[in-house]
Amino acid sequence: MDIKRKIEIANEDTTNRLIQGDPVLVDIAPAGEVIPGLEDRMVLHAGPPIEWDRMCGAMQGAVIGMVLYEEWANTAEEARKLLENGDIKLAPNHHHQAVGPMAGTITVSAPVWVVENKAFGNRAFTRQVEGRQQFGDYSDEALDGLRKWRDVWAPTLTIALEKLGGLELKPIIIQALQMGDEVHNRHHAASSLFANKMAVGLALADLPKDAVLPTLYYITNHHLIFLGLAMASGKAISDAAHGIEYSTIVTAMARNGTEFGIRVSGLEDMWFTAPAPKIKGLFLTGYNDDDAGLDMGDSAITETVGWGGFVIGGAPGILSLVGGTPDEAIAYTREMRKITTAVHPTYLMPALGFVGASMGIDIRKVVQTNISPIIDTGMAHKDPGHPIIGAGLVRAPMDCFKQALIAFGNKYNGR
Amino acid sequence: MASGFIVKRNQYYDSVFLMGVNSRLSSIDGVRKTAVLMASEKNKELLQGFDIACPELDAAQPNDLVVAVMAETDQIVEDVLANVDHAFIAPEGKERRNSVPTLEDALAQQPQANIVSISIPGEYAAREAHKALDAGLHAFIFSSNVSLEDELALKQKAVENNLLVMGPDCGTSLIGGTGLGFTNVVRQGSIGAIGASGTGLQEFTSQIHHAGSGISHAIGIGTNDVSDKIGGLTAFTTLIALEANQATEVIAFVSKPVGPKMLEKFENKFKACKKPIVCCFLGAKELPPGHTNLVYTRTIDDAVIAALKYTDQNTLPVSVLSLTLEEKDRIEQEKGKWDKKQKYLRGIFAGGTFCYQSQQILKDEGIAVYSDSPLAPEYKLADPENSFSHSIVDMGSEYFTVGKPHPMIDGFLRKQRIKTESLDPQVAVIFLDFILGYNASPDPVGELIDAIEQAKRNAHARNAHLTFVASVCGTELDPQDMDLQIQLLEDQGVIVFTSNAKAARFCANLVSKERDQ
Amino acid sequence: MSENFEELLSNPLVVINLGLIKFSESLEKQSVEVLQVDWSPPADGDQEMIDLLDALL
Repeated sequence: MDIKRKIEIANEDTTNRLIQGDPVLVDIAPAGEVIPGLEDRMVLHAGPPIEWDRMCGAMQGAVIGMVLYEEWANTAEEARKLLENGDIKLAPNHHHQAVGPMAGTITVSAPVWVVENKAFGNRAFTRQVEGRQQFGDYSDEALDGLRKWRDVWAPTLTIALEKLGGLELKPIIIQALQMGDEVHNRHHAASSLFANKMAVGLALADLPKDAVLPTLYYITNHHLIFLGLAMASGKAISDAAHGIEYSTIVTAMARNGTEFGIRVSGLEDMWFTAPAPKIKGLFLTGYNDDDAGLDMGDSAITETVGWGGFVIGGAPGILSLVGGTPDEAIAYTREMRKITTAVHPTYLMPALGFVGASMGIDIRKVVQTNISPIIDTGMAHKDPGHPIIGAGLVRAPMDCFKQALIAFGNKYNGR
Repeated sequence: MASGFIVKRNQYYDSVFLMGVNSRLSSIDGVRKTAVLMASEKNKELLQGFDIACPELDAAQPNDLVVAVMAETDQIVEDVLANVDHAFIAPEGKERRNSVPTLEDALAQQPQANIVSISIPGEYAAREAHKALDAGLHAFIFSSNVSLEDELALKQKAVENNLLVMGPDCGTSLIGGTGLGFTNVVRQGSIGAIGASGTGLQEFTSQIHHAGSGISHAIGIGTNDVSDKIGGLTAFTTLIALEANQATEVIAFVSKPVGPKMLEKFENKFKACKKPIVCCFLGAKELPPGHTNLVYTRTIDDAVIAALKYTDQNTLPVSVLSLTLEEKDRIEQEKGKWDKKQKYLRGIFAGGTFCYQSQQILKDEGIAVYSDSPLAPEYKLADPENSFSHSIVDMGSEYFTVGKPHPMIDGFLRKQRIKTESLDPQVAVIFLDFILGYNASPDPVGELIDAIEQAKRNAHARNAHLTFVASVCGTELDPQDMDLQIQLLEDQGVIVFTSNAKAARFCANLVSKERDQ
Repeated sequence: MSENFEELLSNPLVVINLGLIKFSESLEKQSVEVLQVDWSPPADGDQEMIDLLDALL
């Protein structure tokens, strides 16, 4: 059979798998108990593989934070030494069925969301989303948020979730897209819908008030709580579409603050990387463009499955965070149709006449049209020790897609 | 003089759209010249006159848009560049309901498609055409600057797969009444046509219409199809197709003269054809003999008359090349108004075939004409910008149109030239062609009429009189109102013909030697 | 052999128009079904990529 035909068949299969993905929250558990291959004294991080000395400031700060949180060191200096000496293992989340926001760091004792793709049976994991440590802030105050998650919020939610018998996430995502979320940086609707469900679970569970109240307060005030669930959903969906021979569809886009990397379904575990781009956007008071680090985080898994920048035209509310005009946002969303294989039948955007989200990024179309995926994202500081400083829009580097196309040609062309 | 530019990354527009933007920008007060183009290597050369060379321009890619402005002051340059986006807002709805980014997407979305029309830069045209042929589609290739090697490969593939490749460099095709490219709206009928030249086919089909008859199909084959290298692959394919086509009773072939090798091939194919053939080799020195079912002619008008004779609608042709008494009178009237210095004819043409045919008719009358596209090398204008003696320039040629709109689309180039010629005291006659139909300017006459009036005034100011002669190629069914277009010209005293050959004959009589004595 | 051509000559055209939008518009005015391709140079003119795309797309 002609290679083009083989690619078409493979891409159709990949696309169908992406469309059929059915994420369900099944558990919240300490990472060490559920993530395959996660060892003691190991820190998982966002993006493609990277060594300690090439990590950007924010990611180094976040890794130091995890070493302190796990009490493998008592001071930041001690933590730094351990890392410089290679005494702490570093590995990408993506190599362990996991994803993480911004620096994305995960260690053994940190509870993670466990999301199962019911259509295919595979699982994916994400850590909690917060506004400090994941941006590189390793102060005790920042780490306190991680401890509260470990000691109070996560165990309480685990029991509530058990009462509910798991929670289907696809219906929440579908509703949220119709309520003005783009399911990457805007989760006002999804987080509320999620909190509603969990509140019922909390009420059903026989739990002390001093556990229920802070947890209820946490989930009803955390506008980005669903980001972790969206990311785990994205990962669970895209992993089920990875590893299909002859497929040219992207199954991961991830950044470590130094490099931007993509993976392609038909190209096994290869990464195709380029320098992480600079984000264009808006800054929180007290910060400006000179402070900004480069693009970071696994959260572009949401764009990989057709949310985020791909549906930004249906979520004009996000523009107050990332900048731009509604017309530009609609143009981005329309543009993504040119590099994708399908529109999703149920992820719909009312503002665009209920058209479906474009999904299935085809590396051939990206290279051919010279249009690269658009991502809306948070911004970290270039140095360690800061919380979130802003948010904006960024394009995946074209070079990743060109390299992937070359590798694809080498592997399959002339077989 | 101040100049400046901006580069917009990754904003691709088609060249015709950019021409519209260019004309909107260049009409701003104080602006001397502007360039709005995609930063291909070839286009970048056009920026040389702007004094803006810099690394940013060197780095710009074919998908990057460059806007360059030269104006009287820095302030104007700055203002124009700052507000450039306004010029990009097309007059009518910009967002198309139905469009896709690539041919692959189009093939997937429209499996019923039977033909692709290609009008992208020539260097990319063959690639897309191959894809279309592979998908089983016929191709109409308007793009020029496609290499002969690529053209041959495309046409060989087409022959193997029983597909038709019209072009590259094909301006016109009329398939069952549907016009592709630059076409006139004509009655349907039984005369089929094959043409290597776009305007030649437009003139032929329009004339057939004026004669009360009609066209079954008129297929353009592209300028280079009749070359030895391509060997007439599309011409012969089309001949077979029209021979088998029930709607077609007679087949006309319109082309510049071909080489001896190709002539022999054509003769054999024509003789084997079961349907009558009229072959017009424009301006051929000698014509082969022909026979009952094969007529050779040297002008489009003669080809029209010959073709009509094979149809049952053998009405009297409207255009007879000899001049009427009335026309002869008009010649004497016009000549009487010229001053002593006035003696030369200057043709300013949009249609390449008209430029060629007019030179030939004038030559037959003993009048040597210089041109940028001359009949013989010794009559080549040293500088296409400067006419000499009797001259006819083809302003649709590459020299004039690189980076500028073709005169069939926009009158700007010809307006300038009319002014230049009107200031030359030796000029007596300005000869123009106007081409109507789909995709041509919506108001070709309107674009030039002010320039014509001004030129007449310039001559009048020095007690001279400029005679304007024009041929209009089109029909009353065209989107432009042909009657109104002609009326506009006649109101300015322009002598109008609906045949280019007839207009050329008229011009020949105007400037023929006898008047010099 | 000529069936293919007769099909073209005797059926309505269904056109894919690659390039000038004007051409699409004039076909629409003639009530011809046409799909416009808003074409731009493939891979921004990168020849290595164009060759690969020819093989794979």
